[in-house]
Amino acid sequence: MLVFIIRRMLQSIVALLVMSVLIFVGVFVIGNPIDILINPQADQAEIARATAALGLDQPMWIQYWDFLRHALTGDLGRSFSQNVPAVQLILERMPATVELALCAMLMAILLGIPLGLVAGMKPDAWYSKTIMAGSILGFSLPTFWVGLMLIMVFSVFLGWLPSTGRGHTTLLFGVQVSFLNWDGLTHLMMPALNLALFKLSLLIRLTRAATREAMLQDYVKFARAKGLPMRRIVGVHVLKNILIPIVTVIGLEFGSLIAFAIVTETIFAWPGMGKLLIDSINVLDRPVIVAYVLIIVCLFVVINLVVDLMYSLLDPRVRLAGARA
Amino acid sequence: MSSADVESPFKRVAADFAESRLALVGLATLILILIVAVGAPWVSPQNPYNLATLDIMDSKLPPGGHSLDGMTFWLGSDDQGRDMLSAIFYGLRVSLGVGILATVIALAIGLAVGLVAAWSGGWVEVVIMRLVDLQLSFPSILIALVLLASLGQGVDKIVIALITVQWAYYARTVRGVALVERNKEYIEAATCLALSTPRILFHHLLPNVMPPLIVIATVQVAHAIALEATLSFLGLGMPITSPSLGLLIANGFTHLMSGKYWISLYPGLALLITIVSINLVGDQLRDVLNPRLQK
Amino acid sequence: MTVLVVENLKTSFFTKAGVVKAVDNVSFSVGAGKVLGLVGESGSGKTVTAFSIMGLVDPPGRIVGGRVLLEGHNLLDCDDEAMRRLRGDRIAMIFQDPMMTLNPVLRIDTQMKETLRAHRAVSREKAHDLSRNALGRVGISSPDERLKAYPHQLSGGMRQRVAIAIALLNNPRVIIADEPTTALDVTIQAQIIFEVQKLARETGTAMVWITHDLSVIAGLADNVCVMYAGRIVESGPTADLLDHPMHPYTAGLIASIPSRNPRGKPLAQIPGMTPSLLRLKPGCAFRDRCARADAACGVAPDITHPTTARTLRCFHPITATAETQ
Repeated sequence: MLVFIIRRMLQSIVALLVMSVLIFVGVFVIGNPIDILINPQADQAEIARATAALGLDQPMWIQYWDFLRHALTGDLGRSFSQNVPAVQLILERMPATVELALCAMLMAILLGIPLGLVAGMKPDAWYSKTIMAGSILGFSLPTFWVGLMLIMVFSVFLGWLPSTGRGHTTLLFGVQVSFLNWDGLTHLMMPALNLALFKLSLLIRLTRAATREAMLQDYVKFARAKGLPMRRIVGVHVLKNILIPIVTVIGLEFGSLIAFAIVTETIFAWPGMGKLLIDSINVLDRPVIVAYVLIIVCLFVVINLVVDLMYSLLDPRVRLAGARA
Repeated sequence: MSSADVESPFKRVAADFAESRLALVGLATLILILIVAVGAPWVSPQNPYNLATLDIMDSKLPPGGHSLDGMTFWLGSDDQGRDMLSAIFYGLRVSLGVGILATVIALAIGLAVGLVAAWSGGWVEVVIMRLVDLQLSFPSILIALVLLASLGQGVDKIVIALITVQWAYYARTVRGVALVERNKEYIEAATCLALSTPRILFHHLLPNVMPPLIVIATVQVAHAIALEATLSFLGLGMPITSPSLGLLIANGFTHLMSGKYWISLYPGLALLITIVSINLVGDQLRDVLNPRLQK
Repeated sequence: MTVLVVENLKTSFFTKAGVVKAVDNVSFSVGAGKVLGLVGESGSGKTVTAFSIMGLVDPPGRIVGGRVLLEGHNLLDCDDEAMRRLRGDRIAMIFQDPMMTLNPVLRIDTQMKETLRAHRAVSREKAHDLSRNALGRVGISSPDERLKAYPHQLSGGMRQRVAIAIALLNNPRVIIADEPTTALDVTIQAQIIFEVQKLARETGTAMVWITHDLSVIAGLADNVCVMYAGRIVESGPTADLLDHPMHPYTAGLIASIPSRNPRGKPLAQIPGMTPSLLRLKPGCAFRDRCARADAACGVAPDITHPTTARTLRCFHPITATAETQ
């Protein structure tokens, strides 16, 4: 087991290094690093000085080494538009995005798994078909369009929920969170729902497919032969089997939730990392873009690692592989 | 089972597909949309991009309103006086065109890469598959955004972004099927002398790999269209000269608040119907072609 | 005392390709402490018969006629809930492949205790004790360790013993064993058969042992039914039937046992293949493969009783012992 963990961590480090090389190549070799890292509005002398300071006249591998060194200490350049370290900007906005993503994930799980189980057990019932039709709608609708519709219905026509911003936040363990107060909650609801919809549909479909397959397995027939009530068969036998792949997917999808938040944050003007990215792209604030990409990559690699470890903990066949009686 | 009773696989698939009324509705809608999109210049009441035909006085008319020269704006007009219906037809053309083009090219590239990986084996295969895995672990929107941020705007850059986001799916599927076939090939190799030439691969691999590829491609077209719409909405997509549905929706966003919903809503509905139809068809195809659910 | 009586059982599958009469007018009975062998090739309808008795036939299959009397009560009259209560409690089943029938993500003790607690209120400790005892009865050493294990940690033979133990937990009146030793080594097979026989005698449980292997039947069953294409073609006490088979199919089966063939001679075979149940011609199903068939066999033979203990469906039974050499 320990060997497994160490091996996975080494793999993650290699992945990170590969990604850093790719980004480096993208920025320094393909792109014009002068444009990317030095404020385009600087004058000639400034450019010359910055070029020397950034080591852009050095051979490639020295540049990569510097890049890596700086990255490891968290120095990824300064934002053009706001003249603060890019990393700092991003980290400031991270809690908002993470809260949004967590909230959306929770919604998707609490609704998606039960609905998927129901649809999987009796796939031909009318309610199962309705659920499936709904789920097709859920992942066909582009996120931004759903956001627009939500705003139109709940803010413009009904006036129930606010359409932009984060509202009041309260301090929890040093970060600002929205869900602990009513105003924040009303601001959180629509963006979270918007973000959750796609994943919800995905989870329903996944759970249903897994349930359908599981119900055809011999162990379900055997459980029925033992006279177990359906409640237990689905709630324990089937659920435990399908949870393993589902948890894996949930974990992996969490990273993509953070990415998709870009769209939701833009529509609802939610002050998170995603909105920062779009704003930066629009004003060509490239250090922030580079910093965002690097941080997200790190996040993904970490999430993948954690999910892999969780998977090996959940599946007894993997966990106890060394302990054959 | 006597061999006389084996029906053509195509017929069987078509028959199984037709079992779902919903999927048939999706297919019919899709065909209709394709006809409209291809024939946009002939079907639209107006060419919304011919500036000579526009009159600013016709702007922001609600659905059913009439232009100064007697044309009916069935779905209203936008802030430039363009007929929404025509704009939607042309927009469908762009959206579908970009989506299908990107998917077809991505499929070709993915197929080629997958075949190369499967046939070479060894470290070539390992490197390629690692690359595929790496790319697939990142969400498409991120890859597309970063690509566009570094490449700039333009129709061709969008298509490149869409292709980059997709090819890995096909490569992975092809290689998966190739793995299964490769094991079978060993048995055949024992009896016949021929090496595993590309010809054998084509003969055995392609028929096995086409069904899942078709399913993936169908769904990916929808995904590409949605992605392109999202990118256009965010301002990073199609240029204003050939707007897709996404850009139309974006343009209408600001008018949403002032109650002129039709400028955004109808393109949105068109987008919706297109994507949903494609997904309905793709869904049923996947169920029909999935061997594990055959009773 | 007769525990299980099956009368004219008919189960059919209504598929798109046609109707399959998987069980066509099957009748037999089993007494307490006795073992009935149900012999036939794959596809002869043995497993469907077992499922029909257990009430586990799933669509597109359906029981279309007959009676199944468990201690006098017709199981086919029972509703779902009543049937569930009987399964695993009064009537239990052992499946063929224990790796598929035990749930891989649940521990052995979980899967045993739930069988107990599904049918009566037992405390966890009592359930644990009963499980441990059951494991001991089937010859598993160090039962406490095994209880905490997962299925994949046990060998095939041990898993099957666990399955047998589970079947015995609630002291059922009938156990139906569907090819329980087919997936195991010959030595383990012999052990398990011996132990099962002992248990049946000790507890007075009636057993239906389904197999395609005549040698197993010879050593284990008190009575035998031979099934072909969904019908019972011959039945009777084991020794009598094996020494004096009357149906050509039975004779063919006996003759094709490899150990019965003199060395160096080609193995005896029954010519032809089992018929597809979809395209069953009227008349005796064995016609096309039978050397004794004639025009009279175009009508399906009814059950006859050549002696009080034997039944037979054949117009041209074998009467001379010489034919079986």
